[in-house]
Amino acid sequence: MVENRRFLRIVTHIVLILGIAIIAIPIWIMLVGASHDGVRMLQVPVPLMLGDQFWVNFNAALFGTGLEGTETAPVWLMLLNSLIMALSITFGKIIISLLSAFAIVYFRFPMRMLCFWMIFVTLMLPVEVRIIPTFEVVANLGMLNSYAGLSIPLIASATATFLFRQVFMTIPGELVESARIDGASPMRFFIDFLIPLSRTNIAALFVILFIYGWNQYLWPLIITTDQANYTIVMSIKQMLEAAEQSPVWNIIMMTALLAMLPPVLVVILMQKLFVKGLVESEK
Amino acid sequence: MQERVIFKSRSLPYLLVAPQIIITLIFFLWPAAQALYQSFLIEDAFGFSSEFVWFENYQMLFEDPYYIDAFLRTGLFSLAVAGLSMSFALVLAGFADRVIKGALIYRTFLIWPYAVAPALAGALWVFMFDPTLGIWTYFLKFVGVDLNYKLNGNHAMTLVILAAAWKQIAYNFLFFLAGMQAVPRSLIEAAAIDGASPMRRFWTIIFPLLSPTTFFLLVINTVYAFFDTFGIVHSLTSGGPAKSTEILVYKVFNDGFIGLDLGGSAAQSVILMAIVISLTIVQFRYVERRVQY
Repeated sequence: MVENRRFLRIVTHIVLILGIAIIAIPIWIMLVGASHDGVRMLQVPVPLMLGDQFWVNFNAALFGTGLEGTETAPVWLMLLNSLIMALSITFGKIIISLLSAFAIVYFRFPMRMLCFWMIFVTLMLPVEVRIIPTFEVVANLGMLNSYAGLSIPLIASATATFLFRQVFMTIPGELVESARIDGASPMRFFIDFLIPLSRTNIAALFVILFIYGWNQYLWPLIITTDQANYTIVMSIKQMLEAAEQSPVWNIIMMTALLAMLPPVLVVILMQKLFVKGLVESEK
Repeated sequence: MQERVIFKSRSLPYLLVAPQIIITLIFFLWPAAQALYQSFLIEDAFGFSSEFVWFENYQMLFEDPYYIDAFLRTGLFSLAVAGLSMSFALVLAGFADRVIKGALIYRTFLIWPYAVAPALAGALWVFMFDPTLGIWTYFLKFVGVDLNYKLNGNHAMTLVILAAAWKQIAYNFLFFLAGMQAVPRSLIEAAAIDGASPMRRFWTIIFPLLSPTTFFLLVINTVYAFFDTFGIVHSLTSGGPAKSTEILVYKVFNDGFIGLDLGGSAAQSVILMAIVISLTIVQFRYVERRVQY
């Protein structure tokens, strides 16, 4: 800060705290909703302060058989499905992008530029714009209602490939030269040098991709019809539809809370990596 | 530029790019080509045969008042989301840039909404603005607003915009803050010595220097509003009431999966692809200048 003015400093903190409050209001209301019993949540006005039913709702949501009148799977199973999907997408993207960036930077082969541009084009084809034909492909391959169907179609990644390409290009040629003189094979060099040298980039990307994978909505919605494969984020829609008849808001809000907790915790606990990943992956 | 040191191998590079390329071909390029092909076909009502019709699907789309409406609505929606979210984030970043003590704590509490899935944001909004139970509906009655997003299209649109903007504040905040911290301190100090107030310094030095960041964020926010808000619309309003919140991505989904109009939906897909491609080109052409001061 350039000048030291008491008044300005106070205003600064007040504005920031107000900003935080405005951003946090929806979450507060969600926590309140998740901590009262079902009957209380049906009386207008709904409470503004936390209730004492938090753990009761927690148990009911997590281990119950899902909402009455809905066809959702138990919440713990959906959380597990989400975790498997998010981790498969994250690791899948990181691994195949590392490999293809390695090929593009350290080898010269016919069709290298063609590969590069094919990967680039995926940036312009988000799943939302080619949803029906992609669904048909997955259906024809018999991948509906499977973890493979949930994750594999999403793991091509131009962003990650470009990021690793940039990282690899900053690694001095002397290192490659000396590794080669010492008789290291390309894969040895990849595993012993490139992976360790790009581990902070991998970690930063992991955080961003985990959030991306966990929060997938449209894709699981169309390719899963079997409860056993439902993910937690997509199930929220069914709960909301059921709420039209029998609003059990305490359970719905608890489920929503459980659904958002993992990615939010990742952001808060790995804030530095998150910011790094966000800035790098948008280059 | 110096030639890079490389490895020599005939087959290894192909093996290395194979997984990425195979997935790209099967799940990206082939479906995109299919969408393009299907957009030139019209299927009969039973799905037994289809006829090649060139641009008839596109022609029908642009003669369809619902599609034109959805197009305009999406434009308006993305402007509102970008404007609201960016200005809120700019104010917060402007103040956060001044803080020395506790800066990290403020940042933590401002960035977490990034991690909330759009569909969950929609669910929170349903709960807060429910026509009978919602806490905000209750409070708004005192100021004479009878909020009912299930019946009133304007109310529904406002809620969708608020939810979408709320989720994007974190992203804009981080990039604005990074942009501000890249402004040379000497410039600001010089202006301060010349007697410029903090407000004046912000508008005459910091804000103009942020223009590359602002432009970059405008593109990113447009992409976000066009494509990543599906979850919010789907869980909050399902495009209703009376299509008043039906944006383009929602319409592709709805016409294709619910309405089963494959040709029309494919044509819409192709138009959306054209939009993403142009936005990506704009982003790549100008994004380089983002950090040059």
